[in-house]
Amino acid sequence: MSKNSSFSISNPDKLKLDAVQKIGLIVALLGVSILFVAWFGITFPYPAVFLSISALFIFIGTVVYAKQTYLKQPAGIKNNNVWFNSLSNRGVLGWFLGIVLTLFYVLLYWFPSYLGYDPSGAQNRGLVALFDPLSLFFNGKIASQWFVYGTLYTLLIASLGIKFMYKYRHNRYQLIRTVVVIVSQLFLAYLIPEILEGLNSDTPYFAKDIKNMWPLNYYFFEPWHLDNMINGGTLGMLYLVIGIFMFLVFTPIITYYVGKRWYCSWVCGCGGLAETAGDSFRQLSSKTVSSWKIERWMIHTVMVLIFIVTAVVLYGYFANSGEFLGISIYNYFSKPYGFLIGAMFSGVVGVGFYPVLGSRVWCRFGCPLAGYMGLFQRFKSRFRITTNGGQCISCGNCSTYCEQGIDVRAYAQKGENIVRASCVGCGICSAVCPRGVLKLENGPEEGRINPTDVLLGNDIDLMNYVNKKQ
Amino acid sequence: MEHIVIIGNGISGVTAARHIRKKSDKKITIVSAESEYFFSRTALMYVYMGHMKFEHTQPYENWFWKKNRIELKQGFVQQIETTKKELIFENGETLQYDKLIIATGSKPNKFGWLGQDLKGVQGLYSKQDLENVGKYAPNNKECKRAVIVGGGLIGIELAEMLRSRDIPVTFLVRETSFWNGVLPKGESELINKHIIEHHIDLRLNSNLKEIISDENGKAKAIVVAETGEIIPCDFVGLTAGVSPNIDFIKSSKVEINRGVLVNRFLETNIEDVFAIGDCAEQREAIGNRRPIEAVWYTGRMMGETVAQTICGNKIEYKPGHWFNSAKFLDIEYQTYGWVWAQPRENEAHFYWEHSNKKICVNVNYNKTTRQFIGINTFGIRMRHEIFDKWLTENKTVEYVIENLSTANFDPEFFKKYEKEISTAFKNQLVTA
Ligand SMILES: Cc1cc2nc3c(=O)[nH]c(=O)nc-3n(C[C@H](O)[C@H](O)[C@H](O)COP(=O)(O)OP(=O)(O)OC[C@H]3O[C@@H](n4cnc5c(N)ncnc54)[C@H](O)[C@@H]3O)c2cc1C
Ligand code: SF4
Ligand code: SF4
Repeated sequence: MSKNSSFSISNPDKLKLDAVQKIGLIVALLGVSILFVAWFGITFPYPAVFLSISALFIFIGTVVYAKQTYLKQPAGIKNNNVWFNSLSNRGVLGWFLGIVLTLFYVLLYWFPSYLGYDPSGAQNRGLVALFDPLSLFFNGKIASQWFVYGTLYTLLIASLGIKFMYKYRHNRYQLIRTVVVIVSQLFLAYLIPEILEGLNSDTPYFAKDIKNMWPLNYYFFEPWHLDNMINGGTLGMLYLVIGIFMFLVFTPIITYYVGKRWYCSWVCGCGGLAETAGDSFRQLSSKTVSSWKIERWMIHTVMVLIFIVTAVVLYGYFANSGEFLGISIYNYFSKPYGFLIGAMFSGVVGVGFYPVLGSRVWCRFGCPLAGYMGLFQRFKSRFRITTNGGQCISCGNCSTYCEQGIDVRAYAQKGENIVRASCVGCGICSAVCPRGVLKLENGPEEGRINPTDVLLGNDIDLMNYVNKKQ
Repeated sequence: MEHIVIIGNGISGVTAARHIRKKSDKKITIVSAESEYFFSRTALMYVYMGHMKFEHTQPYENWFWKKNRIELKQGFVQQIETTKKELIFENGETLQYDKLIIATGSKPNKFGWLGQDLKGVQGLYSKQDLENVGKYAPNNKECKRAVIVGGGLIGIELAEMLRSRDIPVTFLVRETSFWNGVLPKGESELINKHIIEHHIDLRLNSNLKEIISDENGKAKAIVVAETGEIIPCDFVGLTAGVSPNIDFIKSSKVEINRGVLVNRFLETNIEDVFAIGDCAEQREAIGNRRPIEAVWYTGRMMGETVAQTICGNKIEYKPGHWFNSAKFLDIEYQTYGWVWAQPRENEAHFYWEHSNKKICVNVNYNKTTRQFIGINTFGIRMRHEIFDKWLTENKTVEYVIENLSTANFDPEFFKKYEKEISTAFKNQLVTA
């Protein structure tokens, strides 16, 4: 037997899909194929009809497939075959999907005309044109590539969110959390901003997704954005005030009480996609100590960078200057951050690499807002994952399925609570644990990080430990 | 430098090594015949089911051992020469030790059935066993039916594994109801139903008579003892319990019974030789615990304890109150304290089951003193720490039922049943 290699038991044959599952899949794929045909440059007649068909097929097909798949088995953890499936084990399908997603993001950010976007605003083609009727309906303008993106994003979160809910139907934490994720995306990130945009089409653009706060929204303090908010009437001023309040006051307080999960796995859009569409890829995150090290360096570097960039940008704004110490603020601060971190990292790598690096690469290694909340979570918060005494059998389900690459087992098998800056509180470790060892909870700060050198269950020492905690 | 040699790289041996390293600078060697690196036996099923890859079952990264100066030696020990303080390996090599820890675990029981050594007939214990399940039962084309013999914790895991690949499974259980030597009636019947819900052909009151071979020495069918029925199959899982893996010790001076006999300090009859984990047998049982306990956490606790002793802080092995957990397909089970299949003298059970969900609770208590003795929960998670405390403080059954919600460990937002349970308890008192 090879030493530590992966265990190669013969790959089981694919379990057969039944008729309903097949129909669901085919319907969903038909919906997707309309999008692909449009992407390849075909401009559909009657875009309203084809867009509706596409969206409905994707949604209904996914729901039918998921319902049949999960309801035909008793409720419980359903991770069978995850590591045998080429989509979810970095197989051919996974790489293929990764390449398609990456390509899509590259076009989206830098070459939107290949998606059919007409920068002059006169006439879109292909994929973007397909979304024109919907965009016209909301705000009277033809679609931009960002409108296409936002719509698809919301559709994915909604349909795969429902799939997730069927999968975890025995777990009310997951059900409630996922409803909130879907509702947040649908209303806070999509419908309300689009409707507000339509109602305020005469005022200049500013970001209207209230929860997408700085520094995740890195351009919040850019001069053009500040000016647009200030010139955006009452609504603009409101968004400016709320944006600052959210970051400075609201976030630290809520994070203190419940941990950063309230944001990262409940309302955030990036997190929302990771939790729903990304669920099939959560096991691909690396659990090694070395990746933990890289993670801490990277996320805090990005955080410091955005603090510096924003400070410089604000200096420029108030000093009314485009330069800082003689160098152009736009060329040397805002633009590189926007390109490298805002687009490359959070978009292309963050989502494009889902099937290769797991679903939370951005959240774990990059997101400055997660970094900021992580500091509270680690040092000043009531949130922890409690380990249930000596019940852990070191099986490793928790670590395998932690999308943030936390080696949960390393703590659980020592009886130690998990208090980690990066935990997004998705609750999946607790859900997949076969021995009921993990519980996400908020409680007194004292005793949150418990001693590790305990002989679990051994008489005297456990009592010492219990007494110490009181 | 004193050389500590540990035979067996399972949870008990590895825990001993880690704690000896924490407390001392001694030279440590772990010997194993199974895998180069420590892995969790408890997770074997998840590898076959595709929940995890084999490397995910390894709790420590590969660099861990070198960094902590724990030497890993692969090889099968054939003989222990206690007078020379020497191990002799299968291939003739030898290894000197100053102190020896025997942590060789268990092996699956085989009761001399005809055909028990055929190809496609096996237990589920080692990594090699897992590979063989993959070989003889890779899918439902090559394995048209599997038969599992023995209704215990490993049997039901094996059934779940095979079902994950849609292989039809017949489950022969000797008892009148699943695991009812341990579980009371209510719980056992709940599991019977759940097994059937998973399309497993559960045969209660059924023993194996023999396994029939095909022309290539591979199993092709089994015969049921009670009925004589012949069930064609391509794979037979023997999961009728485990026993200490100590055959190679018989020729040494180390005293054995079913396991390696040890005192409360985990010392054998030979100085400087210790035994821990599944293979150790207590000379005197501790409380109501069995002299041999083949569970994960006792192996870990013995490893922690023996490390203390070896590093000069001689302490007794004192497992606290009994607890354990398991999962039967989709139903989680936890237990704290003692709930016997039948209440013992002066004891009574209070059983509550949800009307349509797979959730139940069984509390065992003393009828006269009202002392709480133990609890089984199915489908509800409980806090170990709280029950450990209640058991130490000899709480009454009334106290436990009244305060059950403080012990609840279910994830947030889960529906709570403590009120219902408490009402049912009071009603039962009224009617009793
Ligand atoms: C499928 C399965 C599921 C389980 N699930 C649970 C569970 O959920 N909860 C629970 O509490 N317990 C469970 N157990 C039991 C638990 O795994 C054991 O109690 C535990 O692994 C015992 O650990 P150990 O260190 O004593 O021995 P082992 O883990 O058996 O390690 C002994 C090692 O010694 C090696 N060895 C033996 N003889 C020699 C020799 N002569 N020379 C060299 N090497 C040798 C063996 O190859 C083996 O690697 C399960 C067991 C199995 C098989
Ligand atoms: S530790 Fe658990 S709750 Fe936290 S991110 Fe990982 S899986 Fe989610
Ligand atoms: S899933 Fe549960 S039992 Fe398994 S290692 Fe994690 S905490 Fe321990």
